[in-house]
Amino acid sequence: MPEVVTSPAGPQSPAGPSSPAGSPSEPPAGGLRRYLWRAFVAQREVTPTLITIGLLIFFAVKSANFLTVLGLNSAAGFAGPIGAIAVGEVFVLVLGEIDLSAGQVFLFSPWVMYWLWQIGVPVGWAIAASLIVCIGIGAINGLITVYLNVPSFVGTLATNFILFGLVLIFSDDTEATPVPGALPPQTSSITPHVGLFGQLIGVWQWSEIIWVVLIALVVQFVLRKTRFGVRVVATGGNLLGASEAGVPTRRVKIMCFVICSFLSGLVGIVDAVKYGTLDPGNPGVNFILYAVGACVIGGTALTGGRGTVIGAFIGAILIGVLEAGLNVIGVSTNDFFVYIGVIMIIAMSLNGWLDRLAARTRSG
Amino acid sequence: MSDIFEQSESVSVPADASEVVLEVKGVTKSFGPLSVLRGIDLFLRPGEVLGLVGDNGAGKSTLVKILSGYFAPDAGQISMKGRDVRFKSVEDATAHGIETVYQDLALIPQLPVFLNLFLNHEITHFGPLHLLDKRKMRALTRQYLDDINVNLSNINAEVGQLSGGQRQAVAVARATRSNADILLLDEPLAAMGARESRLIIDLVRGLASSRRVSMIIIDHNFAHLFELCDRVNVMQGGLITINQLTRETSLEQLTELMVSSYRRQIQAAAS
Repeated sequence: MPEVVTSPAGPQSPAGPSSPAGSPSEPPAGGLRRYLWRAFVAQREVTPTLITIGLLIFFAVKSANFLTVLGLNSAAGFAGPIGAIAVGEVFVLVLGEIDLSAGQVFLFSPWVMYWLWQIGVPVGWAIAASLIVCIGIGAINGLITVYLNVPSFVGTLATNFILFGLVLIFSDDTEATPVPGALPPQTSSITPHVGLFGQLIGVWQWSEIIWVVLIALVVQFVLRKTRFGVRVVATGGNLLGASEAGVPTRRVKIMCFVICSFLSGLVGIVDAVKYGTLDPGNPGVNFILYAVGACVIGGTALTGGRGTVIGAFIGAILIGVLEAGLNVIGVSTNDFFVYIGVIMIIAMSLNGWLDRLAARTRSG
Repeated sequence: MSDIFEQSESVSVPADASEVVLEVKGVTKSFGPLSVLRGIDLFLRPGEVLGLVGDNGAGKSTLVKILSGYFAPDAGQISMKGRDVRFKSVEDATAHGIETVYQDLALIPQLPVFLNLFLNHEITHFGPLHLLDKRKMRALTRQYLDDINVNLSNINAEVGQLSGGQRQAVAVARATRSNADILLLDEPLAAMGARESRLIIDLVRGLASSRRVSMIIIDHNFAHLFELCDRVNVMQGGLITINQLTRETSLEQLTELMVSSYRRQIQAAAS
């Protein structure tokens, strides 16, 4: 390893799994092994992946019940909502902003669907309408940040409270079952007449996590391979510089808040259909703090300019595996919070160490 | 302002309009009660490098921001190649061939060199999907940097990893890539070592002589200006008070001129 960090600068991979495997004109300076090592340390997803694998092995050894459909489904159940919110949140974090309302949007959007369905709107239209409402919430978050110059931490905290209040008011503080007629919840055992649409929108037990995986892949692609992704990184990396170069930074910011809200709302509906109940007293703050934790564990900087969607997703999986695993081996759920805190610190310090290593490998 | 300083033929506005790429006449700008520019006159020849010096608060940055389309002047005229122009925005000025390299360089440290070079002008394919054509942007970046003799070993390096001089070179390359006729540079040699400075001095001189890019360079440092510029304009109190060819003057003379002009202003303000 020491000879690696002191070797002359060679090919460089920008962070992210999509980074090119070096350009043909810049051959690896120290052979394939060193080249692979450099590519490896440049990936910010390394730390959470290693920790997740470690946890999987640990729980599998500790309990035979963990690596079963039931155990994995339980992990996926924890990871799904966190992952969905985290993946959208990455956009906002790369901007150097934060969206604290995304967790509440996740819970709010199925309520909108439910209320519309109650007054006779067909399920499909109710879902579409509630997604439009989510887009509107994102736009409001963005407009407050960009035009009222309210820090997004404060502005989205405010929308978070407003949405929570709206749910309590309009639900009369009573639980509800979303769309019982058209889409029976999974808990009432899958009925054969549930159509493909119902299966995809949450009835099938793996549907939520698959939604999240697909969304993560699409969003990662957008961030790394499109002009919009470059604009997001530019806006978060150097706001003044980006606007001087002509990047429409305000529009980019608003779009990111919209994407974050939309994705949270979309998976929120899937999640509500999957579990079959809506609890008005459930605060979205729980979800958002896990989601931001997943982003940070995955290697997204809160200072803006850097972020990885895949990392955030892996961070969510890590939290899901940890929560489900501790359940399976019979550790009290109270201990969970201590473990998650310790793991965040370990992941963050490993990330910092890898960053320094990657920088030295590049410039050494 | 001709009463303040002696002006030789070589530094007065050429009569032939084709010999002037940019002319500014009587431009003023105030911010509230603060009068920052009080009637600026300047001109720029094709391929000329004009230095703009002055104390803090002399109005240099405001003048550059007017020329780059960021501010609109309160009064006065700007003309390019004999035609009056009025910039509605930075994009508008860019469309007229004026590019600005600000002191902060407007680079994105987290993006690689080639994406910075194409920032906001990315080459994309698949129409509205705007997928980045990284291969093409890399190739064009290599080609362009070769053209202007900028030697960067790795265009995939994040700009944050580059040295100050390399960053400045990337910023200048980005500005000139789109075939700008006029380049405004804000302290291009600030906080740079001798070797780094050489890179930029050669780049500026090369661009001016070979590509006929005209430049206005702001700098506090007279030594830098003598290295870089054909002609120097000194700004004091919102006016251009000295207009001298660098080959017709020396560092000492220019300093003396500035000091005496400054004294006259102080006396005028006191009386």
